[in-house]
Amino acid sequence: MSTRLATGGRLLNKDKAVRFTFNGQQMRGFEGDTLASALLANDQMLVGRSFKYHRPRGIVAAGPEEPNALVNLGVEGKFEPNQRATTTELFEGLLATSQNHWPSLEFDVGAINAKLSRFMPAGFYYKMFIHPRPLWKHVYEPFIRQAAGLGQAPKGRDQDTYEHFYAFCDVLVVGGGIAGLIAARSAAKTGARVLLIEQTVHWGGRAPVDGGEVGGKPVDNVVDELVSELKALPNVTMRTRTMGAGVYDHGYVLAYERLTDHAPEADGPRHRLWRIRAGHVVTATGAIERPLSFAGNDIPGVMLASAVRDYVVNYGVSPGDRTVIVTNNDDAYRTASALKAAGLDVPAILDARVLPVDSPLVAQAKAAGIRVLMGHGVSKVLGGKRVTGVAVCSQAGEGAVLEEIACDAVAMSGGWSPVVHLWSHCGGKLLWDNDFAMFRPDVDKAPTGADGSAFVSPAGSANGHFGLAELVGDAHAMGHTAARSTGHNPGKAAAPDAISVEEAAMAPVWLMPQGAGPTLRGKAWLDYQNDVKVSDVQLAAQEGFESVEHAKRYTTLGMATDQGKLSNINGLAILSDALNQPIPQTGTTTFRPPYTPISMGAIAGEARGKVFQPVRRTPLHDWHDANGADWEPVGHWRRPYAYVRSGESVHDAVMRETKNVRENLGLLDASTLGKLIVKGPDAGKFLDMLYTNMMSTLKPGKCRYGLMCSENGFLIDDGVVARIDQDSFLCHTTTGGAERIHGHMEEWLQTEWWDMQVYVANVTEQYAQIAVVGPNARKALEALGGMDVSAEGLGFMEWADGTLGGFDVRAYRISFSGELSYEIAVGASEGQAFWDALMVVGADLGVMPYGTETLHILRAEKGFIMIGDETDGTVIPQDLGLHWALSKKKDDYLGKRAQQRSHMADPERWKLVGLETVDGSVLPDGAYAVADGTNDNGQRNMQGRVTSSYHSPNLNKGIAMGLVLHGPDRMGEVIEFPGTDGTTYKAKIVSPVFYDPDGEKQNV
Amino acid sequence: MSSATSALNGATWSDGIATVTEAPLQGMITLRGAFSDAKVKKAATSVAGVDMPGQGQANCVETRGICWMSPDELLVLCPYDTVGTNIEKMQAVLGDQHSLCVDVSDARGVFDLSGPRAREVLAKLVPVDLAPDQFTFGMFRRTRMAQVPAAFWLHEDDTFRIICFRSQAQYVFDLLITAAQPGSDVNFF
Amino acid sequence: MLILTCPNCGQTGEETEFHAGGEAHLKRFGPGSTDDDFEGYLFMRENPKGVHFERWRHAYGCGKWFHAARCTTTLEVFGIYSAQVTEPPKELCDRITEKRPGWSWRAFS
Repeated sequence: MSTRLATGGRLLNKDKAVRFTFNGQQMRGFEGDTLASALLANDQMLVGRSFKYHRPRGIVAAGPEEPNALVNLGVEGKFEPNQRATTTELFEGLLATSQNHWPSLEFDVGAINAKLSRFMPAGFYYKMFIHPRPLWKHVYEPFIRQAAGLGQAPKGRDQDTYEHFYAFCDVLVVGGGIAGLIAARSAAKTGARVLLIEQTVHWGGRAPVDGGEVGGKPVDNVVDELVSELKALPNVTMRTRTMGAGVYDHGYVLAYERLTDHAPEADGPRHRLWRIRAGHVVTATGAIERPLSFAGNDIPGVMLASAVRDYVVNYGVSPGDRTVIVTNNDDAYRTASALKAAGLDVPAILDARVLPVDSPLVAQAKAAGIRVLMGHGVSKVLGGKRVTGVAVCSQAGEGAVLEEIACDAVAMSGGWSPVVHLWSHCGGKLLWDNDFAMFRPDVDKAPTGADGSAFVSPAGSANGHFGLAELVGDAHAMGHTAARSTGHNPGKAAAPDAISVEEAAMAPVWLMPQGAGPTLRGKAWLDYQNDVKVSDVQLAAQEGFESVEHAKRYTTLGMATDQGKLSNINGLAILSDALNQPIPQTGTTTFRPPYTPISMGAIAGEARGKVFQPVRRTPLHDWHDANGADWEPVGHWRRPYAYVRSGESVHDAVMRETKNVRENLGLLDASTLGKLIVKGPDAGKFLDMLYTNMMSTLKPGKCRYGLMCSENGFLIDDGVVARIDQDSFLCHTTTGGAERIHGHMEEWLQTEWWDMQVYVANVTEQYAQIAVVGPNARKALEALGGMDVSAEGLGFMEWADGTLGGFDVRAYRISFSGELSYEIAVGASEGQAFWDALMVVGADLGVMPYGTETLHILRAEKGFIMIGDETDGTVIPQDLGLHWALSKKKDDYLGKRAQQRSHMADPERWKLVGLETVDGSVLPDGAYAVADGTNDNGQRNMQGRVTSSYHSPNLNKGIAMGLVLHGPDRMGEVIEFPGTDGTTYKAKIVSPVFYDPDGEKQNV
Repeated sequence: MSSATSALNGATWSDGIATVTEAPLQGMITLRGAFSDAKVKKAATSVAGVDMPGQGQANCVETRGICWMSPDELLVLCPYDTVGTNIEKMQAVLGDQHSLCVDVSDARGVFDLSGPRAREVLAKLVPVDLAPDQFTFGMFRRTRMAQVPAAFWLHEDDTFRIICFRSQAQYVFDLLITAAQPGSDVNFF
Repeated sequence: MLILTCPNCGQTGEETEFHAGGEAHLKRFGPGSTDDDFEGYLFMRENPKGVHFERWRHAYGCGKWFHAARCTTTLEVFGIYSAQVTEPPKELCDRITEKRPGWSWRAFS
């Protein structure tokens, strides 16, 4: 059994017990424990079930590479699935449950899949669920959905908060192990601004567990000294619980800081995503031990040798009373020493190698009385939910059992792989190192930055240096490299002395025993989380999935939440063997960020709730809100769709408002319309190029409606242009168009016609603009008093500056409704006061505010087009019958040449008409009109579509506009629009001007 | 006029690691023209009462100042109620010189973000190096603040003055108080 | 994510401050041009692996446009220059030649 030892546990505070709950059971650990170490201390080796076969799964590792120990943490608004027990710090009251089992962890019905495993080989899902097709929807998909995923999706709204932080530094060091600390110091000593981040809560990494001396002092003490020294340097920032998640172009690095995962009741954000821009990045990300592939290597109790050592030394936890060690290298012997030192039994070390001479570590183990079996390995592990022993075989054979050794834990080591993820994210290349059977960074092929030079340097074991002396020297040198590349002079400071323990060469062992037959291979796991075995990868190769990327996807090797940190190298070695090619030729799959999963909340940062997106408010927003506004998003703006009174539906409100504007007086908040000042000696010439109309001939004091097209000829915006004086114009744009058209103008001025003398300023938000509309509009303004707004004093399509009710205003006599109408611009800061004044004088005149839907109906009654309804980026002015707005006097305007292209001049283009259902009902917006016959795809031919459709309360019938083939020539013809509701709507083609075609109402 | 109100009517918040206050209405005039022209410089400096700032700089004293917006654009700051007369003065100085001079006072929201943690609160929202030795007095920076454009400068010790569009003032205010929530200290600078 | 230095305001900012504006040095063809010329202007774009010339706008900054010469494979920025020119400066072309001997792009090399 696994248990807490009486002694040891360098990371624990044994004075402080911590209570937590696992699957409803109360357990105790200590401050400093991880959830994994605390579970082991409570003899909870079984922590989950695997994805496909629901095999029992135990803790394998002690760090972020852990594939098995994934748990649900917390409840409701604090619930989070798939959390690694090995990186979860224990806290009082922690609530964890295991995943992927039913009804319980101990008795899981899904485990039947394991019995069927030989019927569920690689590619099972692809092969099984293809035929027959009809079964997909009701049988296969529900089955797969039921089986998919390990944890549950959270149901409650996330109670936590998250944020981003933009950080800049010369040198970013990722990894706070001994290499990272030394690299950070050597860089910092040059004066460079250094940021050092470490994913765990402890500095020093593996070094204090593995031991050794630097500068004549125990490495544990050296770590403490380095930390103190760095903390005292003003140019160094150090963060624990901060993982380097990804390295991107030009020195951009994302880091993930976990602030309150270990203290859920604390104030402040839970996670912080650091958006770092570094001059140079040192990846001191360490190395990860590889499992060995032998039968039963997934049985709970089989662990990485380094993890066993970590649990004993760091947490005072024994994974088992009797631990058999299986290895192909010297490093695992350190685990034997650690176990012995803790008073635990090591019945045997099975070493796949045959060494001519005992290396110091081997000799030390033998001297300690441990039985070392050279050239041996594990035929299979005995046990079900827990290891009970190992069957020993010769590594060179096919697995014939020589003896069985009883044990309750197995510590395995297949060698080490440098953590090259961050090095690789942005294009760093890898080398295959035959001596250590691993990929390590090719430092001559580093990721390059904005200036074309290398911006990442790997250091220490992440660079393939495992001996303490080599590691320290490398880290020191890489710190200098990083400093130098950011313009700092490292001088001649030497690396600290360190001595490496002499180790015998490791021997690559990709399968144990090397001649293992199908039965053993079918029990030798590569990917514990996704249940991929040696036999699956071999099958994939046999079936032609020779590319490592294909084999990965076919078998799902490395596609689980651990992204194959333990399995990838072993898997591609098996694939290489099956393909009879060297490993480097097979290559690796692509390393993609993040290094370990990060929360969705951290990615979103502050952008949730009320700051999810930047809602734009007009100066009258609060008034609208207080007066029943039913909001409509228009771009980022919010505009009132209608003002709904008590007892009314939204539709009722729209009908009421629409009638009232035609009968009395309506007020519309038109502040969102874009307002651009265009000024300069060439302003007229410039606008002649931008608008299809002639603007240069407009007289000061007058307004003109204008159309804007892209160089493609398509309509992009429209609005009223007012000439302010000889060299300045004010151009109104659509609500969504202010920034876009401002940018469009600047683009042409800066990049094409830079000789034109024109300045543009966007003054959209300087003004509150209020449309005062209806038969009583003039009376209302006259009641306010001030400027002359009479028919003579301010004619249709004129503007004037003046005062109204004591407010400085600019009044435009323009109409988008066909009514007597003024748009009054006042300073935004006075917008609310001016609106209030209008409401007061309008009280006797039947005033009502109206929203965007009424605006739409009013303009549709008049046949006025709306950008975005009648246009969709494929419509030219000619389609809309706007020929009158296309100046024939101008040689050129943006879009003119395009409108001469054959397709644009094609008489078959659909043209704008009015549409009126024969029974007065409302045509469905967007409906298509069908024609006779079918097209090449067998679909009904189409002859038009609805672009706008409303019920007009003033005409008391449905009115619509649409684009119809030869439409203007087919007045009176009835065409059919099938609706999505199964009925067919019959509509007559009519003029798009439904109301007051002679414009008598606006010209009063 | 007394009815003029700023976007958030002087909202203020100080329940976290920094204080956020909407500044009173600030007079702002956009001036576009060739800086090489003496009239353009004089139009700005005579009204603001400060020297012409260099590229990427702002010279601001209380409610007066000049911010360098682009190679042909200045933002001239003056007391709110003097904007009208100042524009007339500037236009008189500019004469026939091709230029553009326009009141944008009401188009903006202005905030003060203050306190010892102001730098790191701002650094949660803008992709700018705000280290004390990197972002210093006199600097003026236009950039992206979360999802909207904004500009800022150090107005006093530990106080950033931030300008955004008026329609986005509520968003920016909410952003700043979100970034300054209690317990969110970064301790980076 | 790229970092770019705007030649108009001197600020160095991350890509999110900027707006990419497509290929540089297009020659506009208007009314009276042939269909082929107009098609080339409107639709035909370079898609090189390597040296490329682009337009960028400092959208969240000074609002000004500029040109950038960039490597589409390594993302190295060879240089930035004024938007108000119809071809890259010779000095920049020479610098690119030092790094990418034999490069060519449309009429430039």
